[in-house]
Amino acid sequence: MNRILKGMLFATTVLAPAGMAWAQETTLTIESWRNDDLPIWQEKIIPAFEAKHPDIKVTFAPMAPTEYNSAVNAKLEAGTAGDLITCRPFDLTLAMFEKGQLAPLTDLPGMENFSDVAKSAWTTDDGSTTFCVPMASVIHGFIYNKAAFEEVGVEVPKTEDEFFAVLEKFKEDGNYIPLAMGTKDQWEAATMGYYNIGPNYWKGEEGRKALIAGTEKLTDAQWVEPYATLAKWKDYLGDGFEAQTYPDSQNLFTLGRAAIYPAGSWEIAPFKSQADFEMGAFPPPVKAEGDQCYISDHNDIGIGLNAKSENAEAAKTFLTWVASPEFADLYANSAPGFFSLNTTPVVMQDELAQEFVSWRQNCETTIRPSAAIVGRGDPNLDLEMWRVSANVINGTMTPEQAGEETQKGLDSWYKPKQ
Amino acid sequence: MNQSDIAETETIVPRHPVRWHILVFLAPAFLVYTAVMILPLVETLRLSLFNVVDGTMAFVGLANFQRLFGDPRLAADFWNALWNNTIFFLIHMAVQNPIGIALAAMLSLPGLRFAAFYRSAIFVPTLLSFVIVGFIWKLILSPIWGIAPGLMDLVGLKSLFGPWLGKPESALITVSLISVWQYVGIPMMLIYAALLNIPDEVLEAAEIDGITGWGQFWKIKLPLILPSIGIISVLTFVGNFNAFDLIYTVQGALGGPDGATDILGTLLYRTFFGFQNQMGNRPMGATIATVMFLIILAGVSLYLFVIQRRIRRYQF
Repeated sequence: MNRILKGMLFATTVLAPAGMAWAQETTLTIESWRNDDLPIWQEKIIPAFEAKHPDIKVTFAPMAPTEYNSAVNAKLEAGTAGDLITCRPFDLTLAMFEKGQLAPLTDLPGMENFSDVAKSAWTTDDGSTTFCVPMASVIHGFIYNKAAFEEVGVEVPKTEDEFFAVLEKFKEDGNYIPLAMGTKDQWEAATMGYYNIGPNYWKGEEGRKALIAGTEKLTDAQWVEPYATLAKWKDYLGDGFEAQTYPDSQNLFTLGRAAIYPAGSWEIAPFKSQADFEMGAFPPPVKAEGDQCYISDHNDIGIGLNAKSENAEAAKTFLTWVASPEFADLYANSAPGFFSLNTTPVVMQDELAQEFVSWRQNCETTIRPSAAIVGRGDPNLDLEMWRVSANVINGTMTPEQAGEETQKGLDSWYKPKQ
Repeated sequence: MNQSDIAETETIVPRHPVRWHILVFLAPAFLVYTAVMILPLVETLRLSLFNVVDGTMAFVGLANFQRLFGDPRLAADFWNALWNNTIFFLIHMAVQNPIGIALAAMLSLPGLRFAAFYRSAIFVPTLLSFVIVGFIWKLILSPIWGIAPGLMDLVGLKSLFGPWLGKPESALITVSLISVWQYVGIPMMLIYAALLNIPDEVLEAAEIDGITGWGQFWKIKLPLILPSIGIISVLTFVGNFNAFDLIYTVQGALGGPDGATDILGTLLYRTFFGFQNQMGNRPMGATIATVMFLIILAGVSLYLFVIQRRIRRYQF
């Protein structure tokens, strides 16, 4: 099979325009779920690398985010996956490493540029082996339409009461949909909703670790309350939000029809290119003035080496470059909203991205609660949270039921270490 | 002895001991069919009896099936999918096939103008890719960009419009009706062909006996096309219990909202290949595929051995 494939590859390369020096070049393929970033890789990142290493060609081969994991797993098992694998954080990629599909990268030159926290998302539970080069984290918050805020005469909300007062103003005004979010795709409800506002309730890392330790349960008040707040969003979403998809929400906001967009920082680049109004951002509002704020600053994306890659040396050269401050600067500035995890500080040009990053100074950061350790079982806690968050907003489930269902699913396979 | 008998004996005389050409002509179809249909089917059935035990594949007998029906969550998902699938099928049987028959009956009326145009227009959606159909309908029904709210407003029915694809109580019906819209051309064509096959003598005799119009349809035509209706029902059954594509394009692999449109095909997809952060489970996927195979096999057998034998056929 492999031989036939190679034969076909050979045939196609021979048929390709003559004169190319194929013999000396190595081609690396990157598997990724960031299909939105295709132009950034093709126009900025890859040329920058190829200029330094003319003997290595790099192809960026992205696919749809929701299909990425199953597809890349199938490819890895069949031995047809690319040389470089973009890594989801925590449990998903850990499972790949444990199956021997990813090569250990602990000793890769350049790894010293990352802190332990940055590497934690792609390191074994005992902390001994790192298997992906950290690339970026994403921060959750709300992006708003500055013009709309001025028009209606509201200030950026700091507390939850202010937040709902702003929404109420927009609803009365009637010109803008207060919140651009739908529940059809389900993941928006959890990722932009629950994971976004939740850390203020369960106190970030404190709650997340307590959940893993088993001292807190998803039925506790601090885990149920965010659902109750989400349920209140219902009145401020657009007409027919039940059938509104993720691209619908993005378009509603960038076309200027909605005032506030519950966001992840990865939206910055696409929004910048599409919206012709000024945008601002604010962190999830706290419950009362002066409360400690928490934000979700999630290690989101890394890049690893396919253990079966035949171009391992070239791939390692590429990975070392990814670990360099040069890449950090290039990536953070060409894909604003993906914040570098490199210890060398990166100067970002984008104001909206700067706004997001500035929250790190005052707020405690945490990662998504369903990502690490409690996310490796079946039923998958992340998918469960998608479902119940959407249900809560749709009004087909109470916040208490949502807490109970997710806890029941977790209990069915997860036993906290005593 | 007449001439044809002589001709027959003459052709039979130089018979070869081994008729190789039969094997040669059968071989391509047989090989291709075996490679792409029979082997994967057997392999799937086999995989459903295996599971990963301590990191290696091992024979586990019926343990996968025990888990599918015993594990409260898996079982709930499975029964939900089967129930939704049954509703999906019943809607097709209750809407698609009667409409198909009615359309065919009208098309076969003598003197209908533009019959060829109607026939093509109704059949065209069947030829469209499900991706296009799913996308078009998603857009039409979108509460934000769709033309459905506007059109309903024109006739004063705006208040009846809702985000049908997003509500658990209406999503399955909506998706079923989209599928009906797409495939109504198939029963129409098959029944149309069957109606054209009814000899004019039979209809003329009926007219002489005074049976015309509706009476003629119920008493003469319908009994004569019953075998075709039977075939259509089986095709609908097999198609619906294998369905996946339209639901996947319109509602996604989760069969949302809250599993309201999750059918066996989407459940199989999620289990076998995994979805987002959920890892694929090949043996369990194969187990669901096997159960689907058995359901379809049971349905088809029921038709072949019980119903088809009771349908009276007429020879003209």
